[in-house]
Amino acid sequence: MEIKKPHIKSIPYEDFKNNEYLEQMVQELNANGGKVWLGCLDDLINWGRSNSLWPLTFATSCCGIEFMAVGAARYDFARFGFEVARASPRQADLIMVAGTITHKMAPVLKRLYDQMADPKYVIAVGGCAISGGPFKKSYHVVNGVDRILPVDVYIPGCPPRPEALLYGMIQLQRKVKLEKFFGGVNRKEEEPQKAK
Amino acid sequence: MNEIIDIPVEQLHAEMKKLHDERHFDFLRSLTGMDWQEEGLGVVYHLENTLTGENTVVRTHSANRENPEIPTVCDIWKAAEFNEREAFDFYGIRFTNHPDLRRLYLRDDWVGHPLRKDYDMSEETNPLRMTNEEPVDTTARLEVLRDGSVIEKREVIFEDNEYIINIGPQHPATHGVLRFRVSLEGEIIQKLDVHCGYIHRGIEKMCESLTYPQTLALTDRLDYLGAHQNRHALCMCIEKAMGVEVSERVQYIRTIMDELQRIDSHLLFFSCLCMDLGALTAFFYGFRDREKILDIFEETTGGRLIQNYNTIGGVQTDIAPSFVQKVKEFIAYLRPTLREYHEVFTGNIIAEQRLKGVGVLSREDAISFGATGGTGRAAGWACDVRKRHPYGVYDKVEFNEVLFTEGDSYARYMVRMKEIEESLRIIEQLIDNIPEGEYQQKMKPIIRIPEGSYYSAVEGSRGEFGVFIESKGDKYPYRMKFRSTGLPLVSCMETLTRGAKIADLIAIGGTVDYVVPDIDR
Amino acid sequence: MFDFSIITNWIHEQLISFMPTGLAVFVECVAIGICIMLMYAVLAIIMIFMERKVCAAFQCRLGPMRVGPYGTIQVFADVFKMLIKEIITINHADKFLYNLAPYIVILASIMSFSCLPINKGLEVLDFNVGIFFMLAASSIGIVGILLAGWSSNNKYSLIGAMRSGAQMISYELSIGLSILTIVVLTDTLQLSEIVERQADGWFLFKGHIPAFIAFVIYLIAGNAEVNRGPFDLPEAESELTAGYHTEYSGMHFGLFYVAEFVNLFIIAGIAATIFLGGWMPLHIPGLDGFNQAMDYIPGFVWFFAKAFFIVWLLMWFKWTFPRLRIDQILTLEWKYLVPIGLVNLLLMVIIVVFKLHF
Repeated sequence: MEIKKPHIKSIPYEDFKNNEYLEQMVQELNANGGKVWLGCLDDLINWGRSNSLWPLTFATSCCGIEFMAVGAARYDFARFGFEVARASPRQADLIMVAGTITHKMAPVLKRLYDQMADPKYVIAVGGCAISGGPFKKSYHVVNGVDRILPVDVYIPGCPPRPEALLYGMIQLQRKVKLEKFFGGVNRKEEEPQKAK
Repeated sequence: MNEIIDIPVEQLHAEMKKLHDERHFDFLRSLTGMDWQEEGLGVVYHLENTLTGENTVVRTHSANRENPEIPTVCDIWKAAEFNEREAFDFYGIRFTNHPDLRRLYLRDDWVGHPLRKDYDMSEETNPLRMTNEEPVDTTARLEVLRDGSVIEKREVIFEDNEYIINIGPQHPATHGVLRFRVSLEGEIIQKLDVHCGYIHRGIEKMCESLTYPQTLALTDRLDYLGAHQNRHALCMCIEKAMGVEVSERVQYIRTIMDELQRIDSHLLFFSCLCMDLGALTAFFYGFRDREKILDIFEETTGGRLIQNYNTIGGVQTDIAPSFVQKVKEFIAYLRPTLREYHEVFTGNIIAEQRLKGVGVLSREDAISFGATGGTGRAAGWACDVRKRHPYGVYDKVEFNEVLFTEGDSYARYMVRMKEIEESLRIIEQLIDNIPEGEYQQKMKPIIRIPEGSYYSAVEGSRGEFGVFIESKGDKYPYRMKFRSTGLPLVSCMETLTRGAKIADLIAIGGTVDYVVPDIDR
Repeated sequence: MFDFSIITNWIHEQLISFMPTGLAVFVECVAIGICIMLMYAVLAIIMIFMERKVCAAFQCRLGPMRVGPYGTIQVFADVFKMLIKEIITINHADKFLYNLAPYIVILASIMSFSCLPINKGLEVLDFNVGIFFMLAASSIGIVGILLAGWSSNNKYSLIGAMRSGAQMISYELSIGLSILTIVVLTDTLQLSEIVERQADGWFLFKGHIPAFIAFVIYLIAGNAEVNRGPFDLPEAESELTAGYHTEYSGMHFGLFYVAEFVNLFIIAGIAATIFLGGWMPLHIPGLDGFNQAMDYIPGFVWFFAKAFFIVWLLMWFKWTFPRLRIDQILTLEWKYLVPIGLVNLLLMVIIVVFKLHF
């Protein structure tokens, strides 16, 4: 089956390193097929979503400074439409887990994630958020934010350079462009328990 | 280190009072909890006389490992309040008569005291708890009765009918994951309760199982805006303990790097303060110019924020060939740009009104809290480590210690802006005279420190950053403590904000300029 | 000057030629309603795009660049996303008021928007107490904001709403006074009439010093009225996360967001109409050739050019000044702007009585 290739302006598809993963994801999503007109609508919606990922202003440590640097004049993520950093989780689409997550912070982070409105995405920025990083052996550090949240994109580094952050965000755009709003199932979490 | 006085627990409070009143040791530099295994648990106090610059170290310990009780000294030095809470959190040392004995960093339901040598590190004792902490509005106070017995009293922090809002841990103005619980009367702050520990990574405990060169890596991540300075402090402490003299060239490079880092940090301070006050454009100006320093760093060290540059006995690599020229260009660039900052922000009537007279800290309070750095200097306390205990090549350069007397937010802001200029002056004096020599001394493959305790401090970007090492002669430190620059600053937030408005809390937080990972360690 | 009433009258005549008058009027109302809504949406999109680009320019950045040429269709992407984003309903919130609040805000905004005379003959709501109606309509927005803050069951929202209540009601006074100054000069409340009177010179120039003072006061108070920095206390990002709309997500938040920008345009549009002659071209008495040349530029171009110029001015304020504190805002209003406005009004009365104006 022909794979729908996400198009990112001025970066050819072949230049990305993780294409196999994306193709596999598309195949899984398309396993049951779908209607053509729904697909067109999906494309429109995904175009909107992927180009308007508003991050939550959330940072715990060093990576947060680099996150600010990405927003600042030299790197300027406003070019991609990311710039409307919202301080309220209700209005954000994307949480950049920038920095170490400790045992005390973990429930707070989880709550923040729960407060966000769907669709929501998670990017784990930096070694600490991916695996605990240099603090892996510590008694108070969560070894990887994926223990608490479903992570979409990992950006390695300590802290990652702003270019890496931009690349990671573009990766997320590609992923969003392949999602299916109609027909497909995008749930990343397990079905929540019915409220008692 | 100078004299070490051992005082038994029973006389501690009286003796400390004497030291404070008679010998004028009014600055508690550092308070370190200790676990001396068989001898019990104890505390090491580093004191300084702010008039003469005289230093002393006081030690005390309690042999009772189950219920160690040590009298509090927070009625003598306000700085002790948070530090004793830290020691309680880490070692379970119960400070009698302490007004607010809660855990400082860890959750209230945490099992055990992690920095004790016999702490069980396994996941089972403290699994990842995903339940939210219930806010507790009361605190414990251990009161000593006449007959010497100790009873625990509950004291109320917030009444039921108070309007409490929660600022943080995720809040754009707390500069990280600090949390304040604020009791409001309209817009006016009645009471403020600081909660730390949302980024407590247990660095001090980790250091105890790392070799000395390995511990270096963690210092950069404490105060990431003072990476060079932090690491400088640790390297200096280890070198001092080992009796290593680093070459002149290394001293010069370290000093220049420290000052560049200071400018970097102060530019970020300016940016963030402007953003907090709502002047977003100024934020971008600060960041624009900060990138230029990062370029210089990157060329030599390879890192932007975390540079891993200083090593024991030298620096990682020699400076890049174009370093000198780039730094000169930067100095020539920044001077006129600073004027632009003042035009955009400092001269603005709104900015002045927002900052002037807001959050006044008196000189006595600054000393008592140990609020060093820009905060202390804005209150008129000459607390610059570069002048008090010169290290690097600071004794060879000419620079002014910027002092203000107002102690308000505007003074704190101006201190930092003026310090950028002083730093430029220091760099200017050094940059052409970097002597030839080796940049890294040959060190032994395994670094051991002779038995004893060592303390050394540098002037970090936001105050005195000290390193205290207790060694038993191993290749691992027995205890390593970092004197956080930020902890005294947050401990004086209560005093600063009482009676101010919520908007002032943001301005005060911005000008006090704490970095949360440095507080929590 | 091209008169749009020719076209509108023609349409009206065509319609009544094959249907009863009542039905024709109804059809016209619906059509005009749809037109207004469309224009409202388009303006919002233009304004948001402009805001992003203008602030980027002030901040040495580029702003949106990737979506469409020079990022021109960036805002459409945001709209698509916003439309399908989940709208969260909150436990313990007053559900009815919570859902109602954004619509009140948008309703007030659209009502005052339809008062703006865009061109000669293109006035939707134009009657003899036009300004009065517009001021009344725009103040309904406060209710929406207060409700939003109150019903959200969130302390930040509540503080934001209370702040906005205090701020907006106070500044309404200054807006009223500065507009009243011009009303004294023109002796009419009808917007189209006010524009006609400026054929021989805009009021900013005709009205001497009082008109200029009124203009400055109006700009300051107008900025405060739409909660934009330096007066953006109700949503003060760094203090209250997002102020009164902290708990709103999806399109409900979108409505607040859009209303904020169009309100900014409305404030600028009123300023353009009252002080800068609305759609009236620049006329200098005595220079007939020049005046005629100016008349060739259509009126709506003049109107939008003036309005966007003022929008740009207000954006410049926003991106330059730090935020004020609540007590400073109220001090500014009650201790400075209101007294100055009153004295200014008196001055204008004197000028008008003694016929000192041009």
